[in-house]
Amino acid sequence: MHFLKDRVYAHPIGSEITPQPVYTQRRRLVQGLAAGAALAALPGFDAQAQAARPGKLAPLPGARSAVAGATTVERPTPYTDLTGYNNYYEFGTDKSDPARNAGRLKTRPWTVAIEGEVKKPGTWDLDALLKLAPMEERIYRLRCVEGWSMVVPWVGYSLAELIRKVEPTGNAKFVQFVTLVDAAQMPGLASGGLEWPYVEGLRLDEAMHPLTLLAFGLYGEVLPNQNGAPLRLVAPWKYGFKSGKSIVKIRFVEKQPKTTWETAIASEYGFYSNVNPKVDHPRWSQATERRIGEDGLFAKKRPTLMFNGYEPQVGQLYAGMDLKKFY
Amino acid sequence: MPAMPGTARPVPAASRPRGDTPTMNRLLLHRAAKPLLFAAALGPFAWLFWGAWANTLGANPAEALIRGTGDWTLRFLCITLAVTPLRQATGWHALARLRRMVGLFTFFYGVLHFLAFAWLDMGFDVAAIVKDIAKRPFILVGSTALLLMLPLAATSFNRAIKTLGARRWQALHKAVYVVALLGVLHFFWMRAAKADFGEVAVYAAVVAVLLGWRIWHRVRRSVTA
Repeated sequence: MHFLKDRVYAHPIGSEITPQPVYTQRRRLVQGLAAGAALAALPGFDAQAQAARPGKLAPLPGARSAVAGATTVERPTPYTDLTGYNNYYEFGTDKSDPARNAGRLKTRPWTVAIEGEVKKPGTWDLDALLKLAPMEERIYRLRCVEGWSMVVPWVGYSLAELIRKVEPTGNAKFVQFVTLVDAAQMPGLASGGLEWPYVEGLRLDEAMHPLTLLAFGLYGEVLPNQNGAPLRLVAPWKYGFKSGKSIVKIRFVEKQPKTTWETAIASEYGFYSNVNPKVDHPRWSQATERRIGEDGLFAKKRPTLMFNGYEPQVGQLYAGMDLKKFY
Repeated sequence: MPAMPGTARPVPAASRPRGDTPTMNRLLLHRAAKPLLFAAALGPFAWLFWGAWANTLGANPAEALIRGTGDWTLRFLCITLAVTPLRQATGWHALARLRRMVGLFTFFYGVLHFLAFAWLDMGFDVAAIVKDIAKRPFILVGSTALLLMLPLAATSFNRAIKTLGARRWQALHKAVYVVALLGVLHFFWMRAAKADFGEVAVYAAVVAVLLGWRIWHRVRRSVTA
């Protein structure tokens, strides 16, 4: 099918319009195969793990993304690991806590407030956001600051789509992301340690980068609560904690916003937090990582890549910057 | 670990407390007490070993093994330190007979913890391990605690006590208090990454009570003496 390129209104050429029963069936087939087929060729890849939608949550299909770097051919981490091993402190600090506790999170109705230096501030309903741009499947590496990594088949679209709609003013230099804080739904808030709500931020050009994803799903289904439902950020070249979950507010600001982890331990977690094997965390090396669900117990850890392997796409954002200083 | 002859000293009749204390002491002196404790102390090891074998340790089994062995080192350390206060408080003096084994299991889990780190995290790359120990205070603290335990484990048999002389042996084994403080500090530093000190606080409180009890006793004794 051919689509005219403008994103506001994707119109197919009339003669190519396919009857609904045909395309729904075909879609299901293609969704199953497309993601899996390319990867099935890799040695040792278990095609079934990728092809089959887990069937646990509502489907949210995404077309294969055309954004450069957005579809790594690495093997996606098994769904059980992606959804059972999470850092989401609002639901507890143990990796298994979010899967256990996030069931209480109510993801509908859900709104996202757009505030600050924009010409079109306002409140967006989740349904409007879901329809704002076509859903794409993007298979990203995810590198946690703790030294482990995963490969996640996200579903969503570039955050830039939303940013363009709300029209930042000339004063907007940074974007701040505020996530949900509600003690009634989040048992982890009580244990303290961090200041809530969890806030994160990006420079406007980082936020506008096509790889910066507003994710609504993974593995072809809506996001599980423990992974940041109903919508979250994903900046794949930064450590995972930069990508806020369950976002309720996006604020455009002039000054670099303080982030939660910066506030907690500034010497260990900086604003940029780009994946960088050459800049160690004060308490451990960042040179290597363990791929969850793939590397055997006694396997040597794999080397961590500069900008998590997205250097060709994002390296120019940091040209001339001292990344040891701006960690 | 071979079964050691009992080290419980005869209890003067005056200090023998009331109640079912003799029964408890009889139970603790039972021939099966040591083998049972030995089997129980191997439980966590067996559980972790089985988990690694059957792949039931979750998404990150390496982390689970490193953490699990570390947790059990701290727990055994607390149990070791609890023996004397518990003995004094309850009159179960036969507990002293079991203390050595608990102490040696602390060392055993400490060694496993280090091996898990050196193997699973560092791939037995000696240069990288040495660099890591030198560079990272929390690993340095943990390694120091383990090294301090080495002479204690090495002098845990009866002949060593005789050779060293009881007084010198006791002085040497006071190092366990330093080990406890370093162990808690190691754990605290590790958890600082998570800004989550709940569990650390529990261990810190237990160690504080157990060491505080000793200080309090010593002060009281010196006052009454």
